[in-house]
Amino acid sequence: MTTTTAQIGRPAPRAVRYGSISRGQRRALYWSYFFLVLFVIFFLMPPVYMLITSLKSSAEIGAVTNPWWVYHPTLENYTTLLTQKSFLTFFRNSAVVSVLVVSLSMVISVLAAFSLARMKFWGSATLATGVFLTYLIPDTLLFIPLFKIFAWIHDQTGIELINHWWVLIFLYPTLTVPFCTWIMIGYFSSIPKELDEAALIDGAGYMQILTRVFIPVALPGIIAATIFAFTVSWANFLYPLAFTTSEDQLVLPVGIVTTLIKGDVYNWGQIMTGALLGAAPPLIIYAFLMDYYIAGLTAGATKG
Amino acid sequence: MADVVARDVRIAPIGKRASGRSFVRRKSMIAFMMALPLILVIACLVIYPAFYAIHLATLNKSMTKFVGFGNFLFLFKRSTFWMVVEQSVLFAVTAVIFKAVIGFIVAHFVHNIPQKGQRKWRGMLLIPWVIPPAMSTLAWLWLFDPSYSAFNWVFAHLGLPEVPWLGNPYWARAGVILVNVWVGSPFFMIMYLAALKSVPEQLHEAAAIDGANWLQKIWYINLPMMRNIIQITALFSLIVTFANFDIVKILTNGGPVDQTHVFATWSFVLGIWGNDLPLGASVSLFMFPILAVAAILILRNVRKRGNEA
Repeated sequence: MTTTTAQIGRPAPRAVRYGSISRGQRRALYWSYFFLVLFVIFFLMPPVYMLITSLKSSAEIGAVTNPWWVYHPTLENYTTLLTQKSFLTFFRNSAVVSVLVVSLSMVISVLAAFSLARMKFWGSATLATGVFLTYLIPDTLLFIPLFKIFAWIHDQTGIELINHWWVLIFLYPTLTVPFCTWIMIGYFSSIPKELDEAALIDGAGYMQILTRVFIPVALPGIIAATIFAFTVSWANFLYPLAFTTSEDQLVLPVGIVTTLIKGDVYNWGQIMTGALLGAAPPLIIYAFLMDYYIAGLTAGATKG
Repeated sequence: MADVVARDVRIAPIGKRASGRSFVRRKSMIAFMMALPLILVIACLVIYPAFYAIHLATLNKSMTKFVGFGNFLFLFKRSTFWMVVEQSVLFAVTAVIFKAVIGFIVAHFVHNIPQKGQRKWRGMLLIPWVIPPAMSTLAWLWLFDPSYSAFNWVFAHLGLPEVPWLGNPYWARAGVILVNVWVGSPFFMIMYLAALKSVPEQLHEAAAIDGANWLQKIWYINLPMMRNIIQITALFSLIVTFANFDIVKILTNGGPVDQTHVFATWSFVLGIWGNDLPLGASVSLFMFPILAVAAILILRNVRKRGNEA
């Protein structure tokens, strides 16, 4: 492994001199570390700056001091936000919507992926391709027609869908279901056929094959898809911005952006605290389940 | 289809000798029922709205009269529209190129260091992708603040001139691209790193014996071996970047003087804020051709990859 891979970051010597390979490799290694540190600084600067600002009082933020350092750390912003009723409402709305969307989309996509990967029916191959294509249709194309459709439903039935947080439960599956189904098809297809044939001969029904064989075997894929669905439904900004407006109906990202920025008055300490708290749930999940997260990320484009 | 039939033939002798055909029918019925929720979600919430958008785009503002291509003709006459087209293309193409280049370079650095340290570095480098973009864009907005910019503070100490980050159209355009590159390049890094791991070590050894330097190894071995993943990732990212909303909305909200609007943000302003849903729908439909072309190319690449494996 180390013999050949370590030669990329090195300023190239024109001719290969024998005996100096190990020295060259060490230098290449040092250069790699040097550039990695630079990139890590670039990539981690905004979140670190969020943390720095969130620990400052408004007076310190307004003062002409070093912005990259906290002279008088305080948890004032955290206590203010976490005792504020509206902020806790945003958090609750976000959590309820995300959990419901994740459960709903996992049930839909696992069932569908099992049927598309294994059982096959008329048109199932076309449907699998269709799932992939719908996953490429962005929310920015769908929000206007959906807005109109929901307004139309209100006119017809009297059920008010717009400006209720729970309407997001119908909207987020447009983003999560196609992708989760797509990667679950990939995982299910990679399970050897002999496994379900054996279960079939033993007299298992399709539901039993799914719950006793496929779900346990493809568990890493299911975890990856669950993490994805959660991250997407936690982070989405467009749908809640378009569909909800009252303060008690907002979810976290939109709540922070619309209520903490009042006119031209920016309370940056609170905004950064809110942003950090809003980023915390996905970050915590990522910290514990990084390998599943990355597996899901690479599976999306390469499996299938 | 053939293997399904073959399997049923094998099972049939055990019990139901005569009912093989109805067994197949029953099986595909169950399969269809299991896929039904997915079909309903896709049909009602994705396919129908997508076509409804086309219908919507042909109506007048109060949605009472059919105006055909009226909305499109109206857009073609507005200079803001052409500015949005230009900015959307510039934004997406520039950002994807930068993301791909940075992702490619960083992936090589990570691949270069000893195996056991790689997980830690990879974990740190992926953080921008994990944070909800709306939240991290707020941090960038604060970093770009006109009076308290932390970057300008550093520049002042280095003796460099102050930069009007979001006040000047050119810097604002550069700013939204920078934030998008920051959010997106970790994804490229992860994809390219996975691709790099699958390049056989023997090829590098053979090249080393032939006296190839690092640049030649990248150019003649890594690039061709990773070609498929590079294309899929770039096309996929092109779709996502082209349809981007969060970053522009929060960072500049289209300003200064509409110079940084992309299709998504402008259609939001026209459709939701301006209360002209048909016009908003017409603007967002302009994303469709590029999305369709990219989607077809991705599908071809994924298929090709499936056949190779």
